Amino acid sequence: MQRSSISTHIILILGALFMTLPIWVAFATSTHAPDTILREGLQIMPGGHFLENYNEVLFVEGGVMKKVTALAMLKNSMILGIGFAVGKVVISMLAAYAIVYFRFRLAVPLFWVIFMTLLLPLEVRIIPSFEVVSDLGLLDTHTGLIVPLIASATGTFFFRQFFRSVPDELLEAARLDGATSWGFFKDILVPLSKTMIAAILIIMFVVGWNQYLWPLIMTTKEENYTLVIGIKQIYQVLSEGGELPQFQKAFALTILATLPPVLVVLVFQRWFVKGLVESEK
Amino acid sequence: MKRVQFEHSPIPYLFVAPQIIIILVFFIWPAAQAVYQSFLLEDAWGLSSQFVWFKNYVDTIGSSSWLQAAGFTIIFSTLVTFLSLSIALLLAVKANEVIHGASTYKTLLMWAYAIAPPVAGLMGNLMFSPLIGDLYKFMNFIGFDFDHKLDPFDAGFVVVLISVWKQVSVNFIFFLSGLQGIPKSVNEAAVMDCRSPTRRFWTITFPLLAPTTFFLMVINITYAFFETFGIIDTTTRGAPGGATNTLVFKVFQDGFRGADIGGSSAQSVVLMLMVLALTVIQFRFIERKIHY
Amino acid sequence: MSGVELKGVQKVYPNGAKAIHGVDMKISDGEMIVFVGPSGCGKSTLLRMIAGLETITEGEISIGGKSVNNVSPSERDVAMVFQNYALYPHMTVRGNMSYGLKNRGIDKATIEKKVGEAAKMLKIDSFLDRQPNQLSGGQRQRVAMGRAIVRDPKVFLFDEPLSNLDAKLRVQMRIEIKRLQRRMKVTSVYVTHDQTEAMTLADRLAVINEGRVEQMGAPMELYSNPRTLFVASFIGAPQINLVPVRHDGSSLIAGALTLSGFPDLPRDADMMLGIRPDMLKRDDAGQCEVRVDLVEQHGGENLIYGALTGATLADGEEQEICVKAGQDLLPAHGENLRFSFDPASAFVFDRATGERLL
Repeated sequence: MQRSSISTHIILILGALFMTLPIWVAFATSTHAPDTILREGLQIMPGGHFLENYNEVLFVEGGVMKKVTALAMLKNSMILGIGFAVGKVVISMLAAYAIVYFRFRLAVPLFWVIFMTLLLPLEVRIIPSFEVVSDLGLLDTHTGLIVPLIASATGTFFFRQFFRSVPDELLEAARLDGATSWGFFKDILVPLSKTMIAAILIIMFVVGWNQYLWPLIMTTKEENYTLVIGIKQIYQVLSEGGELPQFQKAFALTILATLPPVLVVLVFQRWFVKGLVESEK
Repeated sequence: MKRVQFEHSPIPYLFVAPQIIIILVFFIWPAAQAVYQSFLLEDAWGLSSQFVWFKNYVDTIGSSSWLQAAGFTIIFSTLVTFLSLSIALLLAVKANEVIHGASTYKTLLMWAYAIAPPVAGLMGNLMFSPLIGDLYKFMNFIGFDFDHKLDPFDAGFVVVLISVWKQVSVNFIFFLSGLQGIPKSVNEAAVMDCRSPTRRFWTITFPLLAPTTFFLMVINITYAFFETFGIIDTTTRGAPGGATNTLVFKVFQDGFRGADIGGSSAQSVVLMLMVLALTVIQFRFIERKIHY
Repeated sequence: MSGVELKGVQKVYPNGAKAIHGVDMKISDGEMIVFVGPSGCGKSTLLRMIAGLETITEGEISIGGKSVNNVSPSERDVAMVFQNYALYPHMTVRGNMSYGLKNRGIDKATIEKKVGEAAKMLKIDSFLDRQPNQLSGGQRQRVAMGRAIVRDPKVFLFDEPLSNLDAKLRVQMRIEIKRLQRRMKVTSVYVTHDQTEAMTLADRLAVINEGRVEQMGAPMELYSNPRTLFVASFIGAPQINLVPVRHDGSSLIAGALTLSGFPDLPRDADMMLGIRPDMLKRDDAGQCEVRVDLVEQHGGENLIYGALTGATLADGEEQEICVKAGQDLLPAHGENLRFSFDPASAFVFDRATGERLL
């Protein structure tokens, strides 16, 4: 027993290092001066330029992009993450409520319309989607960025599943208690779904924050970049070369782009795992 | 279906309306456009177009670059799925065994879920940078003539490594929760019936994890097809010479960079069919899962 | 005046399945009626139709003399206690009890007063601010009743409310429900599959089978005077002994066993003789010989299980029989005992139709 548990720990430690070390190295390297990095390569120990580097990336115009600061991109990412999560929860709860709790003529066809979204990931309709959004004049707007992303079926299916697991008797009791359809939703179903809502909000925040392809084609102006899009621009600059590559800034930006979703996942770990595992059932 | 529902009224339509409208405008309409455009050939200035039936399909899908991308996508997806599942399963089994530090290991192994693919891509890209990347130096130091900018195999290696790294945590979470879902009494009965832990794993635990594994396979294939776009776009971008082009990356390249709308749409439609196939397989499986 | 009347009530599901085949029933004001029957017989459906949770396909249901066919559940003035209690898990006990009153726009002070009274009556006033998951099964059951009581309904509906409780608590709550109902004098309909619960609670009980009311009446009437084979076998514990018999013109024949003392019955028809276990009396000159298999000692009485000598079934199996005897009769395994019964107190049923012949 004892021996096998030592090998178990060794495997787990190696796994943990494999998953963690790259991020640590990215962080450590981001706190060094550019010439140190060029001279010595990646760093394993933090250097003395933490405040200087992050200050420049976060607050100084032209510090990382041509004009926009990482702080502004952070704000855009926040709007995308939160807007996406909240929008998705609201839209999908309403739709799932209608599908599970009402008998109406178009219920089945509408369910299939929602189901269709599973078959149409953004990647297979990029160009026409771009055209639609640009025709509607929504390029470079928060609406155009968020709304097309929140309608996919995953959230609706998740809540549909959850609502179906709510005992029928609750609705019956509520109807005997004189609740209207909106009253039942607001007084019973939403409070009952609290933990589910929290779990989905967390997952969707991470998913929204990490969106890449859609913001990439949707935003043409630098001031609308999210951090994840900033990553792409940094890559562009690095690969085009030219002046002295600012590796410390690239690493600082990756850390900034990583930190908020990682914090959310770590702080709300239990809900996050629950939401993830349940939502995929 | 609920036993009791609210009566017929316009209310349910109000509840589903937001979602349905968004889907019609941003999903169904663009998808229909993609199908329509896949049958059109535009002239060089985009001024006029002509209905050409399946010419776009024949042209693009028969082209050597599409076949190359398809080939790479298959190899890439298989490798990413197999490797990330294996690593995650090993780690999940071990994490399920330990008593001390279990939650610390769990946290360290799953947090990479929160990292966006392009961020992982850029990080990997920097680690393999010939200028500062220690991994680049390391690979050459241990005897590989490593250059992912020029060598297709090395480029593939980089993309696979980063994609696997990014996916291990999701698989780990699912495997661990699958393992924890196996009743304790089943494990105890197995311990009494079979002495070898390895044999126990392959005859009891692994079959019980089969639903999770199958489900994760579908998820991983989808991931390798679509979500790795962000990784490829921040590492090789299909280089060298299209050797690391996935099908999705190629749709994007041809449509946005190359402005070949017809060809790109034809590729999109083919991708839709692939997603359809994956979904059908997944639902077949879910149905079976319900039955036993 | 709040009796309930059912006239030709039918329920057909959209898929064509017929759940209720024309039920007529009059429940008077303040009466406690129990619907009893095996699972799937339609008793819950019937109850839910009274509540308004299921639509009525045909017929009419009226409460207090007014048809309620087109009245929504919340306006029928009925209250229901569900099998799984259906408490709102996120609300406190107080919240659960007052939700229905709030929806009716009753002012806060009145709600507070009513909830307080009901809670006191049910002895749940000390945990009004707890949530359902902090309560035991019995306490949840009381809250569910409290939620029904505060609304001063015309009719109480109970849908197997005790089946989630353990045996001891079930007996205790059964008595409490009976007392409560007596005290409040509210018309009540109670659904259960447990015949002991049905017998003890009901003023009158309705035995339901396959969507029909087989018989309705006072518990003892159904016990001693069942109209059908189904009612005879469903009511009474331990179950009635049923022996397949024929009539040869003078007596009943069960295999090699001849039972005399029965008047004229159709000759050579397949019939079923029903003898309640407590009707068999120890008698060395009795017509029935029982080879004892085992004896269950229940304290005050012994249940003797064995085979009825001579009465071999068509498939060669022995006819099992149960005798309820006093605690002093304790035969050994394999012992043969003779019993007699009064043919006038036994029942004879037509096997094909289930109709009582005698």
